[in-house]
Amino acid sequence: MTEVERHTYDVVVVGAGGAGLRAAIEAREQGMRTAIICKSLFGKAHTVMAEGGIAASMGNVNSDDNWQTHFRDTMRGGKFLNHWRMAELHAQEAPDRVWELETWGALFDRTKDGRISQRNFGGHEYPRLAHVGDRTGLELIRTLQQKVVSLQQEDFKEYGDHEARIKVFQEYTVTRVLKGHSVRGEDRVSGVFGYQRESGRFFTIEAPAVVLATGGIGKSFKVTSNSWEYTGDGHALALLAGATLVNMEFVQFHPTGMVWPPSVKGILVTESVRGDGGVLRNSEGKRFMFDYIPDVFRAQYAETEAEGDRWYSDQANNRRPPELLPRDEVARAINSEVKAGRGTPHGGVYLDVSTRLPAEEIRRRLPSMHHQFKELADVDITAEPMEVGPTCHYVMGGVEVDPDTAAASVPGLYAAGEVAGGMHGSNRLGGNSLSDLLVFGRRAGLHASLYAAALAERPELDEEQISAAAEEALNPFEGTGGDGPSENPYTVHQELQQTMNDLVGIIRREAEVAEALQRLVGLRERAERAVVEGHRQFNPGWHLALDLRNMLLVSECVARAALERTESRGGHTREDHPQMDSAWRKVNLICSLAEKGGADGSDGQIALVRKDNPPIRADLLALFETSELKKYLTDGELPSATIPEQRTDADADVDADVPDGAEQ
Amino acid sequence: MSYQANFRVWRGDSSGGGLEPYQVEVNEGEVVLDIVHRLQATQAPDLAVRWNCKAGKCGSCSAEVNGRPRLLCMTRMSTLPPDEPVTITPMRTFPVLRDLVTDVSFNYTKAREVPSFVPPQGLKPGEYRMAQEDVNRSQEFRKCIECFLCQNTCHVVRDHEENKPAFSGPRFLMRVAELDMHPLDAAAEEGLDRKRSAQEEHGLGMCNITKCCTEVCPEHIKITDNALIPLKERAVDRKYDPLVWLGSVIKRRK
Ligand SMILES: Cc1cc2nc3c(=O)[nH]c(=O)nc-3n(C[C@H](O)[C@H](O)[C@H](O)COP(=O)(O)OP(=O)(O)OC[C@H]3O[C@@H](n4cnc5c(N)ncnc54)[C@H](O)[C@@H]3O)c2cc1C
Ligand code: SF4
Ligand code: SF4
Ligand code: FES
Repeated sequence: MTEVERHTYDVVVVGAGGAGLRAAIEAREQGMRTAIICKSLFGKAHTVMAEGGIAASMGNVNSDDNWQTHFRDTMRGGKFLNHWRMAELHAQEAPDRVWELETWGALFDRTKDGRISQRNFGGHEYPRLAHVGDRTGLELIRTLQQKVVSLQQEDFKEYGDHEARIKVFQEYTVTRVLKGHSVRGEDRVSGVFGYQRESGRFFTIEAPAVVLATGGIGKSFKVTSNSWEYTGDGHALALLAGATLVNMEFVQFHPTGMVWPPSVKGILVTESVRGDGGVLRNSEGKRFMFDYIPDVFRAQYAETEAEGDRWYSDQANNRRPPELLPRDEVARAINSEVKAGRGTPHGGVYLDVSTRLPAEEIRRRLPSMHHQFKELADVDITAEPMEVGPTCHYVMGGVEVDPDTAAASVPGLYAAGEVAGGMHGSNRLGGNSLSDLLVFGRRAGLHASLYAAALAERPELDEEQISAAAEEALNPFEGTGGDGPSENPYTVHQELQQTMNDLVGIIRREAEVAEALQRLVGLRERAERAVVEGHRQFNPGWHLALDLRNMLLVSECVARAALERTESRGGHTREDHPQMDSAWRKVNLICSLAEKGGADGSDGQIALVRKDNPPIRADLLALFETSELKKYLTDGELPSATIPEQRTDADADVDADVPDGAEQ
Repeated sequence: MSYQANFRVWRGDSSGGGLEPYQVEVNEGEVVLDIVHRLQATQAPDLAVRWNCKAGKCGSCSAEVNGRPRLLCMTRMSTLPPDEPVTITPMRTFPVLRDLVTDVSFNYTKAREVPSFVPPQGLKPGEYRMAQEDVNRSQEFRKCIECFLCQNTCHVVRDHEENKPAFSGPRFLMRVAELDMHPLDAAAEEGLDRKRSAQEEHGLGMCNITKCCTEVCPEHIKITDNALIPLKERAVDRKYDPLVWLGSVIKRRK
């Protein structure tokens, strides 16, 4: 039998970013023995890179803000494809989740009266993003990390063991979610299997509840702001365990990534640059965003530069500058400008804050950006403009979950954070991820705990699955993956990234996406023949070979869904179907693992079905003007004449108490 | 603008190892981590290195370049002499696991030894009020990305294994200072004197303010001037202030 290190816990959280840590803290506070697993060191997860802030309608800077407004902005940003219940819970609970961080030691930037300061961001009607300069993610992760440590200190006092009830397995990678059977023969989660990076040894953790909080998929694309961890592991683990993914075609390309020098291409330039006054110009010096305001947003955005500029100091009487449109709009605009030959020498556009704010102020508000450009590109952003262009940033699609409990379709499996789908619809607003991590991380931890505690008997680990998982993981050493020459995993990865970037990138066409699906089949065959050198101890070539399975599965989901959705919406732009189509708003695309050989006769591994997007609850619809709803909904979905057009917030509050799960 | 550069990379594990020579292409604008990645993709697929963000934000890629402790992702090739070989070695203060990867668990142990933030009694979430001026200092310390380069550099523990149990190192002494300067930390109300604990539990006395830690900090945090020295001054104030001293002696006798 394979040598495997074995542990037993009540709840396993895969991922130590914002979502995973918040889930784990909740599970531990619910009395569960909790394990946190992460691929890198504790405190290094991708969340650490978040810059601009965390969205919550605390109303500290503009007291008109409230959850209803945040809800409205989120739905508009997502072009109404969002699961309305997730958007509602998110908007309602975000302020509490932020305030709670202060009680754990977080130090946000302050307003004059000593409260948490909030900044403007694209798509948010009011200044809403709590922040710490441009290193908000670091503050978030450090605060949660230190909260975990404080729980461990409590346990040390009580049990003499820091790790009695919450333990971090750092540099451990999960490759399989394991399943067992209940008495009734129902399939459900029994634990996880994986390897330790340091030694290469295998491990299992037996646990009835597993929370996936593994983040995103950006490493399947060539130009990305994402770290190596973003290989779509959680998405793939969910698929392989029998769960479903929703709306994987929606991938967010952040409008402003670095474009020069080549080795830093894709690194993020925070949206705060624009939130704090930065403007976009083409090579002719024109602020081109005024030409790209789509009809659905025309009422909310300034028509002239003068009005846009006045807005920074007087928001009551002016409309926002179009640089602060949702990200998908800005990214497409930049793409068009460059295509039209009005780009910079290195194929981007100019983002300028140097003529907009005093140098001192830039250094204070945007210290990391100042540092990043100085160190990596020899550009002083207080004196000259930056060159920027779109970069793959975030995946809106993800594991299909119940909005209230974060439960996936497989009993015992939960998902929260970027790996979960639904919340952001077709496009995420800046700042809405960090708040999403906390709101749904907590919910996932809570409901995983309730589920684990209520189980009469825990499913046992199945030795056959463990041996199969071990065999799968060792394949790259054996070179047993079929006929043909052995492959270098790095080469296969580079070709995958090029394929996704070129064929399923920011602008998509039917023939190209179909071509991508073809190539993915070939890449998968080659990935199976990937062979690695050396031994199992901290071997990056081996790790990559194993990650390829996940990236290929996820890439196929993205491509298949992108081919199916014949409209343009948010993070999915089809050049051959440029309009947004209300009929498609009602449709979610659901991916699951296909039976081998695919029922549709294709060589794919993924089956795709359409599923109705549940209708938005009436009192939430009533938060919008009918004239606005008409832009998104089909006639049949519009509120009937008996529902008053606009309600007061007090009414909506009462209605928000509709019993949980009334809709699902 | 590409050229061939000579690299010497430490390869090995806890049982030993040495510098391996490589010749590798370097392009305009690249950082040392780009070169390590190129080595992995073309010549040494199993070369072990830690990294995450490649943007100087996560503090994973710490190592020593030509003997200087640095982040590999923020060290541009153009800052190194092109005609001399570039030597990359793992951080020296921590035990090697493999190649450029070291066992940094020392730091996680030390982190656990610093008592956490104590929330003030009677203030509910949402009721915290702090002035920006009062949080500036602690915010500076919270810029720390835990790259552990300062821990690696400090001579108290570099090459002095025997000092490790008693000394938390600059990063975690700074954490004590951060909490001590937090406007709402209620440790004192709970009977915890952070200044004294820095001296008595975390080895502040072993620091002789050489500032080497400050010099290597990629976040440019003034560790020595802003955290360690003020902490020392105040620790000293308390220890030698006769009244405080008397008070604490009496308290301890109880
Ligand atoms: C540069 C940048 C800036 C951003 N700025 C903002 C911002 O200002 N505001 C905002 O709201 N959002 C921002 N975002 C988005 C946001 O940071 C992410 O969406 C969010 O941090 C994801 O958090 P998470 O908890 O879901 O996952 P992560 O923080 O990515 O954590 C994933 C965890 O899962 C672990 N993991 C993954 N796979 C496995 C496996 N197989 N086995 C074990 N562990 C595994 C990883 O090790 C890691 O610990 C930004 C993103 C980027 C890239
Ligand atoms: S100043 Fe103190 S902590 Fe910093 S390197 Fe010198 S002795 Fe070490
Ligand atoms: S204080 Fe500076 S050098 Fe030390 S760990 Fe933090 S960021 Fe690194
Ligand atoms: S890789 Fe994150 S700091 Fe270098």
